Amino acid sequence: MDFRLTKEEEAIKQEFIKFFDAEMKNAPPEFGNGGLEGIYATDEGFEFHKYMARKMGERGWLSMGWPKDCGGRDASIMEQVIFDEVRGYYNAPGVDGFAVGMFAPTLIAGANKEQKNRLLPPIARGEAFYCQGWSEPDAGSDLASLTTTAIREGDHYIINGQKTWTTGGHKAEFMFLLARTDPDSNRGKGLSVFHLRMDLPGIEIRPLLYMDGKHVYNEVFFNNVKIPATDMVGVEGEGWNLTRQTMNFERSGAGGFSGAKRYLEKIIDYVKTTQRDGRTLSKDPNARRKIAELFIASEVGQTLAYKISWMHQKGDFMGLITAACESKLFSTEMAQQMSNYATEIMGLYGQLEAGEHAPMDGSMVELYQFVKGATIFAGTNEIQRNLIAWTGLGLPRLKFRP
Amino acid sequence: MDLDFTKEQEMLRKSVDEFLTKECPFDSVREIEDSEEGFDKKIWKKMARLGWMELHFPEEYGGLGDPFADLTIIMEEMGKKAFPSPFFSSVVMSGILLVEGASEKQKKKLLPDIASGKLLITLAQYEQDGSYLESGITLPAEADGEDYILSGRKFFVLDANIADKLIVAARTTEGVTLFLVDSGGEGISFQKMHTIGKDNNCVVSFDKVRVSQDNLIGSPGEGWKILEKMAQKATVAKCAEMLGGCKESIDMTTAYAKQREQYSTPIGGFQAIQHYMADMRVAYDTSLYYLHKVVWMIDEGIEASKEISALKAQVNEQYKFITERAVQIHGGIGTTREFNIGLFYRRAKAFEYVLGDTDFHYERIAEALEL
Ligand SMILES: Cc1cc2nc3c(=O)[nH]c(=O)nc-3n(C[C@H](O)[C@H](O)[C@H](O)COP(=O)(O)OP(=O)(O)OC[C@H]3O[C@@H](n4cnc5c(N)ncnc54)[C@H](O)[C@@H]3O)c2cc1C
Repeated sequence: MDFRLTKEEEAIKQEFIKFFDAEMKNAPPEFGNGGLEGIYATDEGFEFHKYMARKMGERGWLSMGWPKDCGGRDASIMEQVIFDEVRGYYNAPGVDGFAVGMFAPTLIAGANKEQKNRLLPPIARGEAFYCQGWSEPDAGSDLASLTTTAIREGDHYIINGQKTWTTGGHKAEFMFLLARTDPDSNRGKGLSVFHLRMDLPGIEIRPLLYMDGKHVYNEVFFNNVKIPATDMVGVEGEGWNLTRQTMNFERSGAGGFSGAKRYLEKIIDYVKTTQRDGRTLSKDPNARRKIAELFIASEVGQTLAYKISWMHQKGDFMGLITAACESKLFSTEMAQQMSNYATEIMGLYGQLEAGEHAPMDGSMVELYQFVKGATIFAGTNEIQRNLIAWTGLGLPRLKFRP
Repeated sequence: MDLDFTKEQEMLRKSVDEFLTKECPFDSVREIEDSEEGFDKKIWKKMARLGWMELHFPEEYGGLGDPFADLTIIMEEMGKKAFPSPFFSSVVMSGILLVEGASEKQKKKLLPDIASGKLLITLAQYEQDGSYLESGITLPAEADGEDYILSGRKFFVLDANIADKLIVAARTTEGVTLFLVDSGGEGISFQKMHTIGKDNNCVVSFDKVRVSQDNLIGSPGEGWKILEKMAQKATVAKCAEMLGGCKESIDMTTAYAKQREQYSTPIGGFQAIQHYMADMRVAYDTSLYYLHKVVWMIDEGIEASKEISALKAQVNEQYKFITERAVQIHGGIGTTREFNIGLFYRRAKAFEYVLGDTDFHYERIAEALEL
């Protein structure tokens, strides 16, 4: 066994560090503490997201893992993990989670040649930004029960229905949509994947404000929206399988753990430089225990992320499903604990979201709110637990009434 | 033993519930939160007529002399409605403080005005280092002839932006001393802070503020004793409000879990969800029954310092636990501004800091147990 990076990997890592260290100095104040709110809640934040995307696009980093015939360079899994890790540490925007993270893999897995040629290069250049049209008011965890329809009429499809929770739907130029092409079908059968522009007639976008009042998420309504048949991706009616293939399972979560390490450094800095009741906070046994617990979580989490990448590189796909669920569950609950502990350690100051007196620019109390989204999106933590029990332990699956 | 509330108390509970249901539905709560004042005067004025503000004040000062238990009933119902108002800062904290520590003359003058809702008073205790301890009170009050001069800053002062008067805990040569000052007086300025509770937490600056001797509350050096007495009751009243929030969170979540279907099943039918909810129920029931015991001790005049700390530490943690699970069970919709559960999720964090966080109260319990 050897946990060390190779010389080449170490060199790449330094290149990434140099880039992010320099570029993140350009972040506008509106980008705030980053994350989805940093990107989508203000125009300035989204401009910075675009700026970073173009910079990374120029370097070929957005498409590094893609096959050569799709314009990528087949970079090793390890290289991609190092990239995620460094980017996560800097909490940098620019890798569009929907375009680069989800739709590009879908296109690579299922699109025809014309679509690949047309849709992949703008994503690789960091010029195309997407939102994800999956969830509906009545189809959340049970996504396969979705009812938005896309009915073929000549060389077009007509879309009707409603999506919800559409992150960045008010900023993105495009959406990838999952809709029912066979109105008589049910559940996973009869669904298809589409690419569409967000400014088409018949699309209405309404803000869905987060509990802290920020506008990041949206409801999207489709009223007889007409899209060309050439924008249906893959085989009609086979969209569910295509979607499931690319659902996130291969993600290691490395960026989340390195982001947590960065926050931990800031918490440590805070307790070392803050006096309360006549002593430095870092000497308070309660603060010390909480920080030690957070350190342990970030350490074991990071190792889990490496293990996932290793499984991926080796092609151990069964192990990978369980471990990726573990990573999503573990990282989001770690973030939850981190935000709670940090705001406890800060005492009265833990409640401050912004302003000159807010420790760590309010990032921890913001995280206390944002993290509830993270324990719910991308498969709720209960769904992750179900999957770990079923695939990881072989326990009997839920039987639901059809 | 008698572990029930009286008929009158149940009626009081019902009337608070009915009043707030009508006057301050959750949409109004959001509006108040978003407003600069963080306060709805119209509701406040109507509420003042109902006699809730004077209910626990002694009869000799125009109050009703009702037991502390009645005050906690009001707080609990306000907690259920996530009702934002200066009731806690003015009636509970300041009112109780004045009853405990003010002179006859001051009480006769101030309590009736607090009780009628005309006068809003708040307490300025904490300072820049965020200490809850006596030693944390350092703002100097220097004697100058018959007067005192106050200079410095106070942090986390609730409702300072709307209060008419402030009770300032400052340090004289004798120790911690309390002063009553007009918030609009010369040399006083405030700045509202941006908190998760979307409440009126302020920083208040005192620039050579002159206070005359007759505006001392209690004698010089007596301030900490008075603050401690106030904190006993006010902490328990806050816990009642928090438990009201727990109850509403559980009720809302139960209703939602019965109605929301995924995989053709109400999500409340999944055992994972049932177990979460059973744990929430246990957390709530155990805390509520303990609240009743502590309230009873206070009304009986039984020493309850460690029990009060136990209650606040318990409720701090359980309110966070219950609201966190409640949002999780709601799924995505639970994280929105328009859905009500988020109001409680944010308050659980905000109220954790009121009159002592969990670690502070753990330490108090340890001290009381002579560890
Ligand atoms: C911040 C945020 C951003 C999002 N962004 C997007 C986006 O950009 N695009 C998009 O399409 N969607 C997005 N979503 C939607 C997200 O994918 C859904 O919220 C998620 O799938 C859960 O669905 P739901 O909210 O309807 O909850 P529900 O499915 O109704 O779940 C409610 C509760 O029941 C539990 N539950 C459900 N089924 C089971 C079961 N079988 N066993 C045990 N427990 C169960 C859940 O875990 C949860 O606790 C976002 C959500 C959030 C919160």
